[in-house]
Amino acid sequence: MNAFAANLPVSQTRRILSIWLPAMAMDRWRLGAAERREFDETPLVLIADTAHGPRIEAVNRAGAGAGARAGMMLADARTLCPEIVTAPSDPAGDLAFLEKLAVWAQRWGPWSAMDAPDGLLIDVTAVPHLFGGEAKLVADVEAAFASREIAARCAIAPTAGAAWALAHYAAPGTILGAGEDAEARLGELPVAALRLDQDVVTVLRRLGLKRLGELTTIGRDAIQRRFRNRKSPAANPLIRLDQLLGRVPEPLLPVVPQAMPLVQRRLLEPIRHRQLLDQVVSDLADDMARELERRGEGARRLELGLWRVDGEVAVRRLELAAATREAAHIVRLLAAKLDDIDAGFGIEMLRLRASWAEPLALEQGDIEAAAENHGIALSALVDRLTVRLGEGAVTRPVPFASHIPERAQRWQPPLEPEPPSQGQLAFHNRPLKLLDRAEKIAVLYATPDGYPQRFRWRGEVHEVTRVEGPERIAPEWWRERGTARLRDYYRIEDQRGRRYWIYRLGIVGDGRGGAPDWYLQGLCA
Amino acid sequence: MTQPDLSSLPTTAFEDVATLAARRSARWRPGLAIQQGKALHSEIFASSREAAGAGAALALALDDWRCTPRGEGEEAEDRRSVLWVQTRDAARLGGRPYRAGLPKDLQARLIHVLAEKAEDALFALEEGLRCRELAFVIGEVSGNPKALDFTASRRLTLTAQKHGVPLFLLRVDAGRDLSSARMRWEVASAPSDTPEWNAQAPGDPAWKAELFRARSHAPGEWVLKGSDGILSASKASRQADRAVANWTAGLQHRRTPRRA
Repeated sequence: MNAFAANLPVSQTRRILSIWLPAMAMDRWRLGAAERREFDETPLVLIADTAHGPRIEAVNRAGAGAGARAGMMLADARTLCPEIVTAPSDPAGDLAFLEKLAVWAQRWGPWSAMDAPDGLLIDVTAVPHLFGGEAKLVADVEAAFASREIAARCAIAPTAGAAWALAHYAAPGTILGAGEDAEARLGELPVAALRLDQDVVTVLRRLGLKRLGELTTIGRDAIQRRFRNRKSPAANPLIRLDQLLGRVPEPLLPVVPQAMPLVQRRLLEPIRHRQLLDQVVSDLADDMARELERRGEGARRLELGLWRVDGEVAVRRLELAAATREAAHIVRLLAAKLDDIDAGFGIEMLRLRASWAEPLALEQGDIEAAAENHGIALSALVDRLTVRLGEGAVTRPVPFASHIPERAQRWQPPLEPEPPSQGQLAFHNRPLKLLDRAEKIAVLYATPDGYPQRFRWRGEVHEVTRVEGPERIAPEWWRERGTARLRDYYRIEDQRGRRYWIYRLGIVGDGRGGAPDWYLQGLCA
Repeated sequence: MTQPDLSSLPTTAFEDVATLAARRSARWRPGLAIQQGKALHSEIFASSREAAGAGAALALALDDWRCTPRGEGEEAEDRRSVLWVQTRDAARLGGRPYRAGLPKDLQARLIHVLAEKAEDALFALEEGLRCRELAFVIGEVSGNPKALDFTASRRLTLTAQKHGVPLFLLRVDAGRDLSSARMRWEVASAPSDTPEWNAQAPGDPAWKAELFRARSHAPGEWVLKGSDGILSASKASRQADRAVANWTAGLQHRRTPRRA
């Protein structure tokens, strides 16, 4: 950036194009199939099911003429217009459609952002001259949307907020020039143009503030006091106003199109045998490895789809412990997943998709000997074990912030980073192994000090010869109920040298139950 | 000065020296890995009522691991992980490893595998032995499952030898069946030494270990003690010596005809 540009405020140099698609859901429904165009003249609504019955999400022109409105219950609309036609709405599909539109809209600028649920923001800074000026750019946008039969209104302004306000509440195709006085041009717009939540708009209307220009008349301090607790921009008119005028920056999340690595094989002859299937899968894995290598990535999750002749699709998913693009490894893991595939009349197409890939630098291949002689890497081992033994079979113990011994250890996937933890106290002597559940022991004879002298565990009597303790571990009052009892831990050794970790749950007279029980929880080395 | 005529000496003197040397080198002792390399496949029989088997296995594994000289081109500090495979039965009977109670070196490096069946555990063990990024593998299988026959143990031995990753297979509550393990131990707890500061408390762990079958060592019985990760062994009884003598006598008999 040169010195001249650096002197200008940033907001003055940017140009944002805002596109509002007022009837996107309805337009999308209409474009979904050719025969749906016949409903143009009939009242039609898109409905969503709610707890109180179907609610109208979108209305076509004829429906609006008949009195139906978005947000109305269908039953109310039916009383106004009994012949109303309904179709289910599809919010998830609408969002995906908007995302596609956002990528498509990058024809007018280097990056675009979704303005859910029904808008797009495109950065057109330094672009309009390619279209012959901003007016012609706007005309191009309108023509493009008209040819796709999607209703759209657009506006260009120095900030996203101003462009949004103009697109929604000013004449279509309004352009707010970089040098113009934004406050004066936008002052006549209603306060709803600030992209505020509905309740805030209601508050402002009750205060008598109907237009943007009126916000400044009662003084900034008054509004500041009124909304001092509102931190979110959508709930605070002052933040929105500053964003509109470019006094505070407004970060936008651009849509970056990202293609998944995908390889597929269509087969001339449907295959029905495992041997051929393995061959095709290994070809696919080779293709995938090449594709990943080209992109400098490694796969973390793979999906293999098998299309059968009779229309069934079988999908096998594979998650990997570390990014990899080793074809042999992928084939080996997939082979274990293909055992229960029913080929039916044959499989005619296979598709392998890496739905999750991570950057993986290129590395030198094994030039000396095959991997068989070198052994396998740890991540490959974890993958193989997980595929055969199932999720959660391969784990790693990690410490957890708790005083209760069985809670102080958690199991997590083996290659994930260890969570930060406080170190272990050196004088805490812990057993080598902990039983899954502490087992109750029958105390046959206890010394007056409190620890058992003789006890029975799993049908055998142990004589305690040496003992260390107690180590008292109080219940975690911030988590457990008030009736949880404390534990007194003892490290003991019996007559044959076997070492255990036992505890007494509660003490006599703590008012939280009867006589305390004894448990054996750990086996010491 | 007359040179003693060597030929006039009784030949038994030489034989005694040879026998003595053989006897000394044949006896197992901690730290033997410096000379002979790691013990690649050991089986340790223990009861599920105590953690003696696991404790001794870890102590033996760590002893081998510390005493093995670092090879050319290897990292100065071995930071490889350790695989611990348990069948569900073994985990239910003897509990799972508890991080805070493990030896300090291993706490952050343990990878635990819980297998439903013995077949799965054997698969995990074999895969683990193939992995170059593991320092050693510990397996825990309870009873005498059908899957763990001589063929299976031979497979494990061969894999361990091929890739140089030691395997310590804990046989919980198992009978001494056929196996191709290079060293087979029977381990039980032994009363520990009195700690320095509290005579009433249990001390550093001690185990009574019987090496009842070994390929390159005489059988024997020791009391193993692991304090601060250093393994030490003391002779349990005089009987062990006799067993060594018998074993080396056999060795000598076998060698004599070959020399002649």
